[in-house]
Amino acid sequence: MTVSGIGVSPGIAVGPIRVIVHLSVDEPVSATPQEVFAALNAVADDLERRAETIELEVAKEVLGAQAMIARDPALVEAIGARLTDDISYSDVRPAIAEAFAGFRDALLSLGGYFAERVADLDEIADRTLAVLSGQETTGLRLTEPSIIVAQDLTPADTAALDLNFAKALVVAKGGPTSHTAIVARGLGIPAVVGAEGVMDLADGTRVLVDGREGIVIVDPTESDISGREVREETLRARAASVEGPGRLADQTPIALMANAGNGKDAVAAAAAGAEGIGLFRTELLFLDRDDEPSVDEQVELYRAVFDAMAGRRVVLRTLDAGSDKPVPFINAIHEDNPALGVRGWRLTRSANDVLNRQLDAVAAAAQASAADVWVMAPMIDVPAEAAEFAYRARERGIRHVGVMIETPAAAILADKVLAEVDFGSLGTNDLTQYVMAADRLDSRLSDLTSSWHPAVLRTIGIAASHAKTLARPLGVCGESAANPHLAAILVGLGVTSLSMAPSALAEVRGFLAQVDRATCERVANQVITLSSAEEAEAVALDILGA
Amino acid sequence: MPSQTVIIGSTVGLHARPASLLIKAAAAASVPVKIGRVGEAPVNAASMLSVLALGGKHGEEIEITVDDHADADRILAELVDIVATNHDA
Repeated sequence: MTVSGIGVSPGIAVGPIRVIVHLSVDEPVSATPQEVFAALNAVADDLERRAETIELEVAKEVLGAQAMIARDPALVEAIGARLTDDISYSDVRPAIAEAFAGFRDALLSLGGYFAERVADLDEIADRTLAVLSGQETTGLRLTEPSIIVAQDLTPADTAALDLNFAKALVVAKGGPTSHTAIVARGLGIPAVVGAEGVMDLADGTRVLVDGREGIVIVDPTESDISGREVREETLRARAASVEGPGRLADQTPIALMANAGNGKDAVAAAAAGAEGIGLFRTELLFLDRDDEPSVDEQVELYRAVFDAMAGRRVVLRTLDAGSDKPVPFINAIHEDNPALGVRGWRLTRSANDVLNRQLDAVAAAAQASAADVWVMAPMIDVPAEAAEFAYRARERGIRHVGVMIETPAAAILADKVLAEVDFGSLGTNDLTQYVMAADRLDSRLSDLTSSWHPAVLRTIGIAASHAKTLARPLGVCGESAANPHLAAILVGLGVTSLSMAPSALAEVRGFLAQVDRATCERVANQVITLSSAEEAEAVALDILGA
Repeated sequence: MPSQTVIIGSTVGLHARPASLLIKAAAAASVPVKIGRVGEAPVNAASMLSVLALGGKHGEEIEITVDDHADADRILAELVDIVATNHDA
């Protein structure tokens, strides 16, 4: 039996569970005002003591802030205003609830950081009542290494736990940014949150926690354990090598870049350690618009991406409207076969001015920026188109001019096409659908639209060998770059840079760091002799390992 | 009672670290200190909950008032300085 949730801190742990249950105070609590204030003080003292002893910095800050709230003069005043007589009240719960509610509502209405403090307030109210009624949270005393299971863990819980004995944290509630997740990552122990059903397990049940996949396996077998431990170890070793620019085991540099559509993406890419933007899709600025963005507006949008990548390369792709990405004011005419119709650079046939104005904007933005701006045109099919684009771009002062290689014609004639420009970029998604003559959006044809197919890989190989002869950099900016095995094959075929979603960077970087160029070439040379995508995947797995 | 208006300098506004610095300084002062928007009822500056509930944002003007005391001007200057400084820079 397994319980699944969200993995928020990777790692594997096996052991007995310790279920933590919070006692709720549902009986009347009788007390004098002085006893209530003393209980608040006791809660504050306890929080301060824990804040001093705990080493984990995040927990220390949370506990310190909670102690300040428990000692808050305005809170004491609000309770005092509701318990005015010096007598023993038969039930102080309503007075305490009302006093806290005033602040609670004010914080909730502010949202964000303030609203998060509401949980602290609730916790202090609960603990104050627990002290007054003589109850305590149970299950917090650990005597052996255990996997902590709870509905949710509060900062005070995690502070009270002897974390030397905590092997993993599993909670039924919470999300990736919850306190449990933060604490687990801080401690470097596995954690799964949102594991509904975990509270049904009996205390002491032996489980396996996989904090990467986000599952809890009840009564795991030896093979469950060893299989997951080996996998985790491999991934960890790779993650440890995730630093600096992309390179193979023999130190051959392979630039690892990210795809982006706007400034926000570029900032995320920089945070993920991208060496640049390998594909800046400008059509995202045009989609869903009734009219063309002005040159000034475009300059601003392009600058947002360039500025996030100062000192690094940004490969901007001019408008790739049409086919599956129609832009209302450009693609007005109905096409029976839009993937093969007027799209990408072919729009110069119907919307020439739009592309010229975009190049004006790109050139202006590039001039004013500290990024190393490269510009390429999509859907270049023949050498004459490459020459025309290069002329227009260079005329405007753009220094690095390139083309997308995404049609079989451009790949086969890459010696002629790339001779007109400075670099090439393989768009493997479209190249696959054109080589295989299979619509990539039609799920019935999904077996025919795999970039693993030797027909696709051979076509890439043809383009790459031309690029090598001409000494032109050749990148890949399709989804295939994000698959570690395919990335190694693309490198083996002669590709010099890879661009992918920022989230894929670490895994590809780690994988490439453990293979050398000779191995990449060996696997590439072998897969192009095969007959199917399945065979290619199997051979790659065999040579490259998992 | 000495008072002064000041523009909130921290980009996150008056919460987290900036609020905590202000509250600690106000609690350490030997006289009551109040804080609030000009023209609105001020709150106890030594109360974390009250200061948070004020929800002061970056660039907003607020007024600090210190009860009469020999040391009031020095306390006021210190608190104004905390609020005006960008603690996130």
